[in-house]
Amino acid sequence: MLDAAISYNRYKFLGYEYLTWLWFVIEKDQDRIRGLGQEPADLEIGNRIVLENKKRDAVESITIKGDDAGLEEGVLALRKGGVVTELNLSYRAADQDWRFTVKAESLHMAGLKCPKTGPVESEEDMEGAVLEKVYLCEKAVQLTHDLFKEFIRLRVSEDWDKKVVPLMRQWMRS
Amino acid sequence: MGLLSSSVSIVQYRVEGKLEKPVIETVARCLKKNVIPDVDEDIADRTVGWTSFDKPFNPDFDGSSFLIGTYFVFSLRIDKKTVPTSLIRKHCAMETVKRLAATGRKYLSRDEKSMIREQVTSVLTLRIPATPNVYDLIWNYEESSLWFFSTLKSANEELETLFFRSFQLPLIRLFPYTTADLAMGLSDTQRDNLVKLTATDFTE
Repeated sequence: MLDAAISYNRYKFLGYEYLTWLWFVIEKDQDRIRGLGQEPADLEIGNRIVLENKKRDAVESITIKGDDAGLEEGVLALRKGGVVTELNLSYRAADQDWRFTVKAESLHMAGLKCPKTGPVESEEDMEGAVLEKVYLCEKAVQLTHDLFKEFIRLRVSEDWDKKVVPLMRQWMRS
Repeated sequence: MGLLSSSVSIVQYRVEGKLEKPVIETVARCLKKNVIPDVDEDIADRTVGWTSFDKPFNPDFDGSSFLIGTYFVFSLRIDKKTVPTSLIRKHCAMETVKRLAATGRKYLSRDEKSMIREQVTSVLTLRIPATPNVYDLIWNYEESSLWFFSTLKSANEELETLFFRSFQLPLIRLFPYTTADLAMGLSDTQRDNLVKLTATDFTE
């Protein structure tokens, strides 16, 4: 296996492409998301997208935030060669909601808000609370795992250049 | 941010290798060996160690208190003493005046000033209590996976170092390349293709 520091930097673009693809899939191919899990689920763009565009030595950063923010500026930035560096997602399954941000470079999940659980009032409650929280976090982690798996399998296949990239370019230009 | 906070951040790791059996006893022994020491009575400005998830300020790894369901749940604690620069400056100035009065001189040499600063810092470090920072983790031993509930770079680096020192098992951080290479079940051909990938230009 490659050295961690080298592979982190050399393949950073995989994270950027993953989040860009994810945005495209959310907008244009919801069936792919529904086909991933056992139960019906909705995945939407949340209230924040951060993009970066490297021009020569300068880095331009574009942040779109707000619950009903228009994403046109973001698509325009993609058209100019920008990449998605952070994506906030809203996930709904079985009448429960999750919100979290995925960071492209590291795949960290930040600000994960799971459905509410009962209060911990005694030491005896602790074990149950931990298991419930892990179960709820696992739902979001599993979703991102399945999405990344779908992405990476496409990315290492011939379909990426032949089918996916032309469709993504078309989406960016539309 | 702790595991039970309303909002959490997660860094995922893969744990390479397995522990000596019986596993629970081995984990308990390794945790006890690297438990957070008390830094308050020490001149060290910083200490790092393991602590209990449910009693972060009174660590106890007896029995299997760190086992919840099938997970090992414990915390990394980093205690740090920070002496404000203005306080050091004030005490150095006071000590300098005292030293000048005692020797009858007008100035102190650079070495003397530096010695005063060192002494003042040591004395103040001993007097100031350490500020604890606690970061929870969940280790799914069977799945060889670990979630660390902080994205702070320094905390993640301390975790990787202390985990290896404690358990002799390396932690591999799961970022895009390592996730693709180790956790996605790619075939050999797909992994060969992965290594050869270059960035896509969507603007063409």
